[in-house]
This record gives sequence, C-alpha cells and structure tokens, in this order.
Amino acid sequence: MSIAWYLALSAIVFSLGAVGVMVRRNPLVVLLCLELMLNGGNLALIAFSRMWGNGDGQILALVVMTVAACEVCIGLGMIVALYRRRLPIDVDELRELQG
Amino acid sequence: MSSVFFFIAAIGVIAGALGVVLMRDPFFAVLSLVVHLVSLAALFLLLRAQFVAAVQVVVYAGAVMVLYVFVVAYVGGEGEAIGERLRGSTPAAGGGPVASGLRGLGAVLGAALLVELLIALLGTGLEAIGHEGAPFTTAHGEAQTFGTPAYIGNLLLTRFLLAFEIASFLLLIAAVGGVVLARRRRGLGDEEDEDVLTPLQLVRPRDTGTMAEAVGTQRGRR
Repeated sequence: MSIAWYLALSAIVFSLGAVGVMVRRNPLVVLLCLELMLNGGNLALIAFSRMWGNGDGQILALVVMTVAACEVCIGLGMIVALYRRRLPIDVDELRELQG
Repeated sequence: MSSVFFFIAAIGVIAGALGVVLMRDPFFAVLSLVVHLVSLAALFLLLRAQFVAAVQVVVYAGAVMVLYVFVVAYVGGEGEAIGERLRGSTPAAGGGPVASGLRGLGAVLGAALLVELLIALLGTGLEAIGHEGAPFTTAHGEAQTFGTPAYIGNLLLTRFLLAFEIASFLLLIAAVGGVVLARRRRGLGDEEDEDVLTPLQLVRPRDTGTMAEAVGTQRGRR
C-alpha cells in the first residue's frame, strides 16, 4: 500500500472528528471527537515516519498521545465539576465561564 | 496481502469514527472509539510502528477509555436528559429548526475541510507519497530495527530527552489539575462537620491550634 492511502485515511478521520466537535452538544462526546482529530494527526505522523524510514515521527506521535491523555484528564475533571455544581452537561447551555 | 489488511483496518477505523460522531448514547460512542483505536493500532503495525501500536492498545484503548467509561457512568445519561428538558424541543433531532440548520452547516464545513486536507496532503507533489516507504532491509542486507521498542527507547533517551521530560512534567501538571478541578468544593463558611463533638474538645478550648487562635479572634463562642 502506498503512503497516500494512509494520508487520505488520516484526513478522513480528522474531518470526521471536526464534524463531531461542531455538531455534538454533549461535552463528553466533544472530547471523544477531539481524540478522533488527534488520532488522525497521529496516523499521518506515523505514515510520514514510515515514508522516510525514520523514527522521529513515532516519537512525535507518542508525545501527541501524552498530550491527549492530559487533555482527557483536564476535560473529564471539568465535566465532573460541572456535574457537581448541577450545571447542564450541554455545550449550548453553557454560555458563561464564571467560576 | 498487506492491502487486504489495510482495507479491513481502514473500514474499522472509519466505522469507529462514524460511530463516535453519530451514536446518541455517550456510552456507545466510547465503545466505538475503542473499536477505532484498536483498528488504528493494526494500521500502525502495518506501518511498522510496533511500539506505538502496543502503547495505543495498552494505554489509549485500555486506560484512557476506562476513564471515559467511568465518567460516562457517573455523568452521562442524566446530562443528556437535562439538556433535552431545558431545550424542550423535538427529541428526535435533538434541537429545533435553527439547531438542525447549524448541524447541516457543520457537516458542510467538515466536508470542505476534508477536501482541503486531501488537496493539501495528496497534491503536494512529493514523490515518496506514491511509494511504499523505506525498504525493509538496510543497505547491508540485515533487517531494519525501525520502530522496535529498543529503537524508540534509544531515541527517547538520547535525541528526544528534553521532549520526554517535558511530556512527563505535562502529565504531572495535568494530574494535579484534574484533581483540583474535580475535588469536592467546600465553601469557607461551610462548617457542617464542626458540630461533631470529639473528646479533645472537652479538655481544651475550641480553637486551639487553628489560625483563629493565632490572630486572636475566637469564633463560635458559646
């Protein structure tokens, strides 16, 4: 399989994730769609790494996975905090960022 | 043979991604993201990134998704119900006419983004995109060590040591931030538990050893 197929697949996954971020209202699902976008980026990175026979892209993919884990940690913490304060779990209803 | 595996894994990847975007229940969205991640790990194996594929399955599809499942079980269903009730609109589309129009606009924007990305990625004119990538064997005829855990570990602890350390600090900061965000908040004037009488309070004044004693004010005198 040529690298172009992998790049096309990563573009498809990335734009599906972007559509999910724009369309869905539940912040949990928005976080999941952010994961999709990061995974599309990861696939492109690893495909390029394979293309040049060089490990740098794989290291970058590992760093992206670390960043994704951090994002999950903070995002889920915020969702739990929202739930504790009895705020609606809905990005359309949350118009204020006041603590 | 590798193209058969590629198409099987690619179908899994796209089906998982579609499931995340389209599933109504957040719990099923998480489960289809697991399908997506495992198929993506198969693609990583095809690209000879063995270590990254293993990390993807163990850390991502294992640990991170368990975290998601716990939070969905803690929050999920009720959150959807709150949104529906406050909105008070058709349950099927999840929104009024304005919301569904915006939803269609989102899909159109996503399609535009896809076309743009495909033009950017495939229209680069890079020669190597059309090829299979680097050869499996080195110039001397021995197998490549590319992508093995030893290779990745060697890179992480030599060339990319700074990135490695910064990533570990980032994880630490995120862990502390998650604990701070999700902790049970106590207001300053919230003294529910103060009324519990312990034996120590009988033998010494109420504010001994607190800041209130240090600044000379004694609260709650009876």
